[in-house]
Amino acid sequence: MADIRIDYYPTHEFEGIKFRRGHPLPFGATMVPNGVNFSVYSSAAISCTLVLFERGAPEPYAEIPFPDEFRIGDVFCMTVFDLDFERLEYGYRMDGPFKPEEGYRFNKDVILSDPYAKVLGGRDTWRAQPNWDDVYPYRSRLAFEDFDWENDHPLETPIEDLSIYEMHVRGFTSHPSAETKNAGTFSGIRSKIPYLKSLGINCIELMPIYEFDEWENSRTNPITGELLVNYWGYSTVNFFSPKAGYAATGKFGMQVDELKTLIKELHKNGIEVFLDVVFNHTAEGDHRGHTISFRGIDNKTYYMLTPEGYYFNFSGTGNTLNCNHPVVRNMVLDCLRYWASDYHIDGFRFDLAAILGRAQDGSPLSNPPLLESLAYDPILAKCKLIAEAWDAGGLYQVGSFPAYGRWAEWNGKYRDTVRRYLKGDPGMIGEMAQRVQGSPDLYSLRGPTASINFVACHDGFTLYDMFAYNDKHNEANGENNNDGANDNNSWNSGWEGETDDPEVNFLRHKQVKNALTILMVSQGVPMILMGDEMGHTQHGNNNTYCQDTEWNWLNWSLLQSNPDLFHYAQQILRFRRAHPVLRSANHFRHYDYVGSGFPDISFHGTLAWRPDWSAESRTLAFMLCGNHAKGGTIRDETIYVAMNMYWESLHFELPILADGSKWHVFANTDMTNSQDIHLIGEEPLLEDQSGFFVGARSVVVLVAK
Amino acid sequence: MDFTINSEVVDKVAKITLSGELDSLSARVFQKEIEKVALQSPTELVLDMEHLAFMSSAGLRVLIFSKQKMGVGLTIYVVKPQEAIVDTLEKTGLQHSVNIVDQYPA
Repeated sequence: MADIRIDYYPTHEFEGIKFRRGHPLPFGATMVPNGVNFSVYSSAAISCTLVLFERGAPEPYAEIPFPDEFRIGDVFCMTVFDLDFERLEYGYRMDGPFKPEEGYRFNKDVILSDPYAKVLGGRDTWRAQPNWDDVYPYRSRLAFEDFDWENDHPLETPIEDLSIYEMHVRGFTSHPSAETKNAGTFSGIRSKIPYLKSLGINCIELMPIYEFDEWENSRTNPITGELLVNYWGYSTVNFFSPKAGYAATGKFGMQVDELKTLIKELHKNGIEVFLDVVFNHTAEGDHRGHTISFRGIDNKTYYMLTPEGYYFNFSGTGNTLNCNHPVVRNMVLDCLRYWASDYHIDGFRFDLAAILGRAQDGSPLSNPPLLESLAYDPILAKCKLIAEAWDAGGLYQVGSFPAYGRWAEWNGKYRDTVRRYLKGDPGMIGEMAQRVQGSPDLYSLRGPTASINFVACHDGFTLYDMFAYNDKHNEANGENNNDGANDNNSWNSGWEGETDDPEVNFLRHKQVKNALTILMVSQGVPMILMGDEMGHTQHGNNNTYCQDTEWNWLNWSLLQSNPDLFHYAQQILRFRRAHPVLRSANHFRHYDYVGSGFPDISFHGTLAWRPDWSAESRTLAFMLCGNHAKGGTIRDETIYVAMNMYWESLHFELPILADGSKWHVFANTDMTNSQDIHLIGEEPLLEDQSGFFVGARSVVVLVAK
Repeated sequence: MDFTINSEVVDKVAKITLSGELDSLSARVFQKEIEKVALQSPTELVLDMEHLAFMSSAGLRVLIFSKQKMGVGLTIYVVKPQEAIVDTLEKTGLQHSVNIVDQYPA
């Protein structure tokens, strides 16, 4: 029997608590028979003390110094017996030099969270007023690994077949109109799975759910007096713990189970789960920030420091995690492996990922070991890895991110090109042709699946606001409208902000439909932002990171006020899923390699076979030959897309179909409700098969059958 | 409210009646009781929760433990749980592992 093994018996005792020498691996606190194994690394601490609390108690009930002989290399490890797994909270005190100029910031008066803690207490309920005098505000706890996954495992959907929905846990169901019992939680999302299915997406990407502190930098809105908080959560307190305040059961410490239940349920419904992970910095800020964990455990290891001992700030938030230090690299790897194996996460999107390719002195590496390790990791082998391929330090790597045949990217150039094209900028046709093909100019060797296509994401205007505002309106963030990007490439359609003008409103809706259409007929992997399917507005605020308000909460009544948008989004998503010719894993070859009479892709203009590449052109049409779907392995219908961003309607001549099939109209964004898009299989026959008028600033999609 | 627990096993049916508050301390008592009835290899576990006012995460974990201890062949009935308890079971997905009923069917 396990509990008679000799190594499960204590050898030491301190103030009535029994313990023995521990195991250095794994790092963190691990339940073992009769006790808990604690292991923590510090390259420069002189000594370490394990601090034990009863859950929520103001003072620790025990502080056990690690005996010298319990340190192996730079790792302090100890197994403590007879602990109450449920009620235990633990932390460390590290003693060592405080010499910031040399990179050391030890302070044994501070109780530190374990970087490897699997659950963190202290912010158990969203926006519940914390005890500001707590001696240990973010408390490491134990996680149980007894969740019953039944037969679940990550879905491993081919990435080209995904339609991603970027979502904020709290924003999705916090609005009263969500009418869900557990508003703003993992459980709330679970209650909306039928909605996600009816929309037609098959992957959700959750904005940060690692434990963060919504109270970080909290302040008052100068205009409304409302509290501004860290709503988005791009500021990690602990990489292994889910955000307790996002769980309805967080106050019971059951957030792990609630999140796993959500993931299991999403998987049952064919929906993958991606996490937006923030490994570029932590919540400890710069030299003026709080010491929570990393800074006090091993400042020099975890952070990129200037020669004077200050923090490099490539993230724009105060500090930069030292990702290519071998120890930090291993932590990132351990962390992602944990989320992939214990939470069945299907993919990760790395915030400001260009930082992950910087050396310890901040310079960009040509062969960054962290990115390579992640790409070749056996446990992450089937996970999708997506980079936000830039950082706040000016490193912009869209198209050149070190990919190792694995990494995909948020294609910022796709966003910028499509926005400028929709707004009517000249000189965009050549670039548009690249974007709809999956950007072969950027990803010639990596294929279209390297391109995560999007027109709007959490960062910036919502899709609707892009056509309702020329300029950002961020006054409510309390920074005199200085925050947020200025290069939005947006156009207000003729009036800044809300209006009753039916023509302006019609154009806005049409532009939203144009954007959704272009996104769904482009090769690559489409991503839409939560709410864009129903015209969600942030009232012109393009940087709502601090707004825990209706500006960020999805207003479900928009489904009633903008039924045309939702219906359109549903049908265009279905169209993408129904047509494999839109979801190629490889780039087009631009010739007919199956003998169908058409090349796999061909470009057209107002004249068939004669695209207008000139600088003043605003028109582009393309035809995808159905016989070339998925490299010619599947037969699909042939699809023709005409895009006219000119301010007048234009006649487009159509390519003649040789096989006897006829053009049918699937979508025409210039039409009013119910004629703008049709159900798959019920597309009406186009009267004149030789050509048709495409309205001003409109997109038309035809299918041949 | 004090926690009380009673159990009996009749014809492979283990019936445990819980009342009061099931917190992390009383969860240990609950777990011991589960271990005790498990020795008789019941095929059904009936947990009468009508008078149980509160169940902590530790209590929920004992439900998971029961399933693990006695195997997947065990059917668990949770009889007349109060709404807050049903709510927690649902949020954490445990309602799939147990049958929530108003009355033990047999």
